[in-house]
Amino acid sequence: MSFITLVIALVFVAIPLVLSKTLNLGLERDTIVATIRSIVQLLAVGYLLQFVFDSESILYIVLMIGLMIGAATENARKKGSSIPGITWKLIVTFLFVQVLTQGILLSLNIIPATAQYIIPISGMVIGNSMVLGILFLNRFTSEVASRHEETELILSLGGTPKQAVHRPLVTSIKASIIPTIEAQKTIGLVQLPGMMSGQIIAGADPVQAVMFQLLILFLLLTTAVITSIMLGYFSYPTLFNDRMQFIKERSNREA
Amino acid sequence: MVGSGLNAKGSDSMMEDEAAIQFHEVSFATKELTILESITGSFVRGEITTLVGPSGAGKSTLFRLCNGLLSASSGDIWIDGVMIGDYEPVQLRREVGIVLQSATMMTGTVRDNLELPRALQGESLTDDEAEEYIEVVGLGKEFLTRNSHDLSGGQKQRVSIARTLVNRPKILLLDEITSSLDRVSTHEIEELIVHINQRYKTTVIWITHHLDQALQIGTYTWVMIDGELVESGPSNLLRNPENEDVRRFVKGEAE
Repeated sequence: MSFITLVIALVFVAIPLVLSKTLNLGLERDTIVATIRSIVQLLAVGYLLQFVFDSESILYIVLMIGLMIGAATENARKKGSSIPGITWKLIVTFLFVQVLTQGILLSLNIIPATAQYIIPISGMVIGNSMVLGILFLNRFTSEVASRHEETELILSLGGTPKQAVHRPLVTSIKASIIPTIEAQKTIGLVQLPGMMSGQIIAGADPVQAVMFQLLILFLLLTTAVITSIMLGYFSYPTLFNDRMQFIKERSNREA
Repeated sequence: MVGSGLNAKGSDSMMEDEAAIQFHEVSFATKELTILESITGSFVRGEITTLVGPSGAGKSTLFRLCNGLLSASSGDIWIDGVMIGDYEPVQLRREVGIVLQSATMMTGTVRDNLELPRALQGESLTDDEAEEYIEVVGLGKEFLTRNSHDLSGGQKQRVSIARTLVNRPKILLLDEITSSLDRVSTHEIEELIVHINQRYKTTVIWITHHLDQALQIGTYTWVMIDGELVESGPSNLLRNPENEDVRRFVKGEAE
């Protein structure tokens, strides 16, 4: 694809702009900002990736993954701002998920140890881990608030904090993982996954593309489960103090 | 350990040997407001003390301090002569049982709810025990298999009392447990509590807004207004209060 064709493709931005203007939807500004941002960000990433692939230096790979984790943490931490130390809890979670998945992929020779494989797969893993983290934190905060009477009951009968939040914790972990599993059940029926479509358009053998897509799906299952379980077990102790008392102000304070 | 804190306090603890719970200048405040202010006094062991006062007087907060769900901002509390801070939270909550106004039921059968205090300790409740506890609160053993969410308000309150009794508490804190019940159920619960007090020598502290109930059931009464203990002594004090605020409160309630 050439730059000329990309410029022509801007007609797809022009259509919503014109419609927004005629129907007074007021979306022009946001559409333009979004378009410019996506062009700048993606082109920057493209050149950056090209540079990293060409250099074949492990240092740049590590640096890129560090950037991804940093950006994911920055996004997710707003949702968990009521949990003390959420920033490092997210960093440790993302890092662990990344090390675990890449460790398995590389040590079992599932993918070759080159930037071309490591970086895009890391991006998908960390990106999904981030979305899962946000889903989990949203749900956990609201579960704890809505089941506050049960939590207090269990504590009052001599239960530990872990027992007292067991139900909200398990419910939130399950609720955040279910969309990943559900999406996997219907995949390919309605919509081809973006990565697979991209590979096919770029000229890859469809079966090869499918196999890679499946690899990603399996990876995302692990990512989903590990992310929400780790965040769950990192988060719940911060709702209680050392006298096993529920710190109400903390769970009620929404970001 | 036992009594050491008391001896240090000395003077104002004439009733220390009889005190199930003793307070010395106990205050509790959140960031925004003061809820309890310098409470000094004691609950007599083996007796029923009723706790009355307008809503917002801090009665429920006082209970949560006794059961360790909250800690006092300042001042000292002794339970059976032992400083409250010297108890393990779990042990404290089992010895000072609380029945909360909400009578929250966990999902499951009545038997599941009765077993909860044991389950939290990794133990189970035998069928004989389950039958004994459900009968103590005046419900037949056929209730054990009922779904806890299908119970009436009065039945939930009874199950809630039985559930707290499973821990065999030395002190029983009852937070407005009859406020949502009809006269017949109220009367039955009153008889039940008197029975438990006599049979197990359990110290009972009962928050109520029925002055008749406070007079009839309580050997002693505490009147709290605006976070302060304004009058305490034999329940008869309600017939002829010394304090002007208490007089006004009693008059208001009677009308």
